Amino acid sequence: MRKLNPLNVAPLTRPTRESEELVVTIDRQSAPRVLFSGEDLILADLPIGTRVIYPRPPIQGVPNPRAAIRYAINHPEGADPLHAQLKPGMKVTVALDDISLPLPPMRTPDIRQLVLEVVLELLADSGIDDVHLIIANSLHRRMTEAEMKRMVGARIFEAFHPDRYYNHDAEDKDGIVEFERTAHGEVVAVNRRAAESDLLIYVNLNLVPMDGGHKSVGVGLSNYASLRAHHNAGTLRKTQSYMDPARSHMHKSTDRIGRVIDQHLNVFHIETVINNRMFDGPVDFLGKNEDSYSELDRLKLEGLRFTLKKLPRAAKRKVFMNVPAGYSMIGCFAGATEACHQRTLELCFRQYAVPVEGPSDIVIAGIPYISPYNVNSILNPLLVQCMGLGYLFNLHRGQPLVKKGGTLILTHPCPDEFDPEHHPSYIEFFHRLLPETRDAMVLEHKYEQAFAEDPSYIHLYRKGHAYHGAHPFYMWYWGEAGRQHVGQTIVAGAENNHVPELLGWGHTASLDEAIDQARGIHGRNASISVFHCPPILIADVV
Amino acid sequence: MPGKAAFFDVDGTLVRTNIVHAFAYYALNDGSWAGAAMRTAATALSSPLLWSIDQVSRKGFNQFFYRYYTGMSEDRLRLLAEDLFEDLLEGAIFPGAYDLIEEARLADCKVVLCTGALDFSVEPLVRHFGADDLIANQMQFVNGKATGRVQPPIVEGAHKARVIRDYCVKHGLNLEQSYAYSDSASDYPMLAVVGRPTAVNPDLRLRSLARSYEWPILDLR
Repeated sequence: MRKLNPLNVAPLTRPTRESEELVVTIDRQSAPRVLFSGEDLILADLPIGTRVIYPRPPIQGVPNPRAAIRYAINHPEGADPLHAQLKPGMKVTVALDDISLPLPPMRTPDIRQLVLEVVLELLADSGIDDVHLIIANSLHRRMTEAEMKRMVGARIFEAFHPDRYYNHDAEDKDGIVEFERTAHGEVVAVNRRAAESDLLIYVNLNLVPMDGGHKSVGVGLSNYASLRAHHNAGTLRKTQSYMDPARSHMHKSTDRIGRVIDQHLNVFHIETVINNRMFDGPVDFLGKNEDSYSELDRLKLEGLRFTLKKLPRAAKRKVFMNVPAGYSMIGCFAGATEACHQRTLELCFRQYAVPVEGPSDIVIAGIPYISPYNVNSILNPLLVQCMGLGYLFNLHRGQPLVKKGGTLILTHPCPDEFDPEHHPSYIEFFHRLLPETRDAMVLEHKYEQAFAEDPSYIHLYRKGHAYHGAHPFYMWYWGEAGRQHVGQTIVAGAENNHVPELLGWGHTASLDEAIDQARGIHGRNASISVFHCPPILIADVV
Repeated sequence: MPGKAAFFDVDGTLVRTNIVHAFAYYALNDGSWAGAAMRTAATALSSPLLWSIDQVSRKGFNQFFYRYYTGMSEDRLRLLAEDLFEDLLEGAIFPGAYDLIEEARLADCKVVLCTGALDFSVEPLVRHFGADDLIANQMQFVNGKATGRVQPPIVEGAHKARVIRDYCVKHGLNLEQSYAYSDSASDYPMLAVVGRPTAVNPDLRLRSLARSYEWPILDLR
């Protein structure tokens, strides 16, 4: 009998761009490259010989996402099918990834809504009424009601909110259960409702390989005491890269924590993988090689640049935030934590991994307007740092794209702007602590706990929409491996001096000046690479 | 290692009432109909004047306003304070106030209410919150009757900062690690004297100050 293609993985019907096209070398004929600089787009005339590394084109989505989800939960990895685990009268908790992904937020219906529609129907058909939906926001800000509604759709929202659909509260002392510590002494803490359920279903949306697996429950439904085990300066300094879970020290810790959780709880994971179609419609050209721009693409680019030039920053942000991404689901896997996540990672890397030959002396990257921590908010200086030395630096496997001691050039205006509603503790971290020291170890030792226990920050986290008091420290640690690796970071186009200086960065008015400065350090023959991201790519540097 | 404290203003910060509400309650329950009517009418007629004084100086307002207590019986005031709490204050506590005080306690802070109100009016509230201490104005009584003057220094404005500093010295607390919470720009000195100030349900001026100084802003309402 002919074996049918599983319904839960996108078929390879569309040819991917040839690998040599993913790494383009600039020559005399090359068009200027389009780079993000916050809410602006800049055109960069790059030196001849510069390598520009492009993301893979988006893999075509599965033709029928609902069928893919059903197939996955009926054919799970390392676990019984979901329907076989259900009994009438069970207590079930469904945990969901929060708004920090995907980026930008996707068009509705969100994939989490699709998964919930399938799962909740199955639970209802199985005579299960005691169902809670919990957003696994960990120490991230609570999602607003509008965001919660958008994520699951009006029907589910009306049926469950507010009593049975809510944000996890890591500071609710009565709402957290602690299990025995790991062999390494790591605290294992989980949301009480989830821990006391007969079945915990985790609905994940895997944007990057860092997400999912043991990290879902072990971080998303945990508390500060548990996060300290891996979200710390020492662990993050050793972690290269956190986009490569097999080698990541952070993931080793979350895996240990997750295995203890799996011993105590019956966790059924549903992981979904999306393609990298971050931009489509009027901004689809942002995912293309500039040499292959059509006249229409060039027109769209100039039109967008003209509009952005005329708008104040807040309005530009609004423009971008209001263009949801056209992501499609390219795979759905379910079952036991590790078996399911292994399949997820394979597909994730199939979308993102781009082979690159050797690292460069100088790497250039444009910092966009968004990060996982500023959806519907401002990319403040600490998040600019996190994007540059954190996320973009870590988007590699094997070895970093920039050589040890090399130069990282970022493009961003670095305005001294913070959102006091979402990031109140960031403001104090940036303006009170960084002038004293940039040493992550000192910051952690001297200040982290005080911020984490600050009653005002705890109140703003629990009752408002603020990130936890410890979160700005995590953002600094996120950049720690990059900070230790690169020789210098130069930000091109900064509109002030003090923000780059507080971050410990050099600054120039233009990208050309930054390249000249870097060449002054590494010589005229220095190799240069441009990380053309977003859309997301992961450099497999060999 | 020295401990730390969290100093909470009361009126407008933890409860939605103020010292005028308290006085109005005492006035209305003054015993005789005539006395109650007299005090209430006098207070009502003075409203524009009181408002004007408050705009110029909160300290001046308090000093002026406490004169209305002249002649009231100490025993009766203390008795009425319990009723005041049950009838008025308890229902006026902001919903988020309990959480904030609990969070301060969990952060190992000594919880101190620091208010320009009169001590006997706030004592039931202190017990209700389980606060560790109270810094408040004390009415002078002579022969069991209120004189209308509070014992100096009046707990208000710059003096709040001074009494908080003195309190920390006396109790071996670290002022730099301590917290202060208030709703009013008139409490700027109290907020500025501690290391970790927070504006709570702030008025326009305090909101603007908090933004300028990058203090956290909470809404307990």
